[in-house]
Amino acid sequence: MADMNNPPVDATAEEVDVARLPHIRPRHYGRITAVVAILVIGLFLIRAFAVGRIDWTTTWQYLVWPSIVWGLINTIWMSVACMVMGIVIGVSCAVARGSPNPVLRFTAIGYAWFFRGTPVILQLLIWFNLALVFPTLGVPGLWSVNTVDVITPAVATLLGLGLNEGAYTSEIMRAGMLSVDRGQYEASKSIGMSYTQSLRRIILPQAMRVVVPPLGNEFIALIKTTSLASIIGFSDVLRNAQDIYYDNAKVIELLMVAAFWYLIVVSVLSVGQAVVERRFGRGFSSSDKQ
Amino acid sequence: MTGHLVSAVKVGKRYGTLQALTDVSIDVSAGEVVCIIGPSGSGKTTFLRCINQLETIDAGAIWLDGELTGYRRVGNALRPLSEVEIARQRRITGMVFQRFNLFPHMTALQNVTEGPVQVLKKRPDRAREDAMALLERVGLAHKADVYPAQLSGGQQQRIAIARSLAMRPKLMLFDEPTSALDPELVGEVLNVMRDLAGSGMTMIVVTHELAFARDVSNRIIFMDEGRVVESGPPEALMTNPREQRTRDFLRAVLAPAPTSGAPAGEAAR
Repeated sequence: MADMNNPPVDATAEEVDVARLPHIRPRHYGRITAVVAILVIGLFLIRAFAVGRIDWTTTWQYLVWPSIVWGLINTIWMSVACMVMGIVIGVSCAVARGSPNPVLRFTAIGYAWFFRGTPVILQLLIWFNLALVFPTLGVPGLWSVNTVDVITPAVATLLGLGLNEGAYTSEIMRAGMLSVDRGQYEASKSIGMSYTQSLRRIILPQAMRVVVPPLGNEFIALIKTTSLASIIGFSDVLRNAQDIYYDNAKVIELLMVAAFWYLIVVSVLSVGQAVVERRFGRGFSSSDKQ
Repeated sequence: MTGHLVSAVKVGKRYGTLQALTDVSIDVSAGEVVCIIGPSGSGKTTFLRCINQLETIDAGAIWLDGELTGYRRVGNALRPLSEVEIARQRRITGMVFQRFNLFPHMTALQNVTEGPVQVLKKRPDRAREDAMALLERVGLAHKADVYPAQLSGGQQQRIAIARSLAMRPKLMLFDEPTSALDPELVGEVLNVMRDLAGSGMTMIVVTHELAFARDVSNRIIFMDEGRVVESGPPEALMTNPREQRTRDFLRAVLAPAPTSGAPAGEAAR
């Protein structure tokens, strides 16, 4: 075999000649075609919406209309509240699933079975119509209230979406906790930590790294699912946009307003998710290498 | 059992149908360094894990520093203690694992301060000072702010030793601390352990490093099939074992490996 550092001296004149030629970058005709097609379709869409029968000035005018802003605020706080409820329930259920106590384990399994097994819209309707089953709520003989006074559309939405979210989150949390090595539990025990301390300080922070991307997904889905609650009278941004167009018949214009706000909220959230991911990725990401 | 830091009497442990430990009785006095050797599956790691209650025992009893571990005598039976009580008892011991088990989301320094701050409720600045002194002692003060993933196996294991020492244990347990290391990193960890032994720490070391066991320990215990086969001073046990099984094991471990360069620990597996 020829020495790697010295070119073989017995190369023919033609070989030496070819070896001297410049190397040209390959042409990606497929990519070029795709880019052209996308540009054409894009331009077509822009033109279609520009000349289409959409009154953009109406959209613009309603962008910060009081009832739209109010609906947006409702959408946001409801999503956040349901997500917080979902995470709290999800962590509890994930811990219960890992418990040696069969009652705790099966309670968690049963909960996820019920709330994942029925459509969320059905659950919302059940919560809203709770008064049909239990006209009053409270401790018998001590204190009670009329169910219709307590279960407002907002409360029914919070219960319906929050409990439903908890069922899905519990599975995500369980997966995250399973992803943490057993040795981590043992090491935390060996320095005298109690089970709750080791969960809080050692296990959950490491599980978070795995759990944040799917949780972000859930949160985004949840923001849009709040619009389902309009059927039980919760005034979210979509519901309020609909209320306006029932009145003035500017249907598409107001749907564009709602679409705009959903996109903004989801975009802000995606940025937030990236920050949280970086925070919990400490010690794992390759950029930590020195 | 008086006077002994560890006193295990007729300890038994079973996993399903497998009897992992049978009638294991071992005493360790304060300041003693005891090495446990034996083939894999001999129960030596299980026994170590029973001492700091990562495993519960089915029979017998273990006393640590005069206190019965894991159970409380109620009449003529032993009742298990609560999780909180067990966590408190574990503080007497420090444990070093084969696979280090450092907390990957914390820096070396945070790994060491975690126990003192969270469990002993030390003030963070005090814990930091003590932790830096310990990192200095294992020769890694300059790696304080580095995450475990950026450290070599030997460095990780030295941090793990510092993490255990930060809890000021009376007894250090080592579970094959060098078995997961590349051969050239074994020495640095053994040196730290040698220093620790020299400073008077009571240690129980499960190991395949026979040279370390001979040089550093006061006593070697040979286990096989869940039982203590024999124990004695290192020189006597290694040069003139009483039992045939001990002799066979030592011959297998010390025999020159068929392919040159394989460390002694490999042959033992």
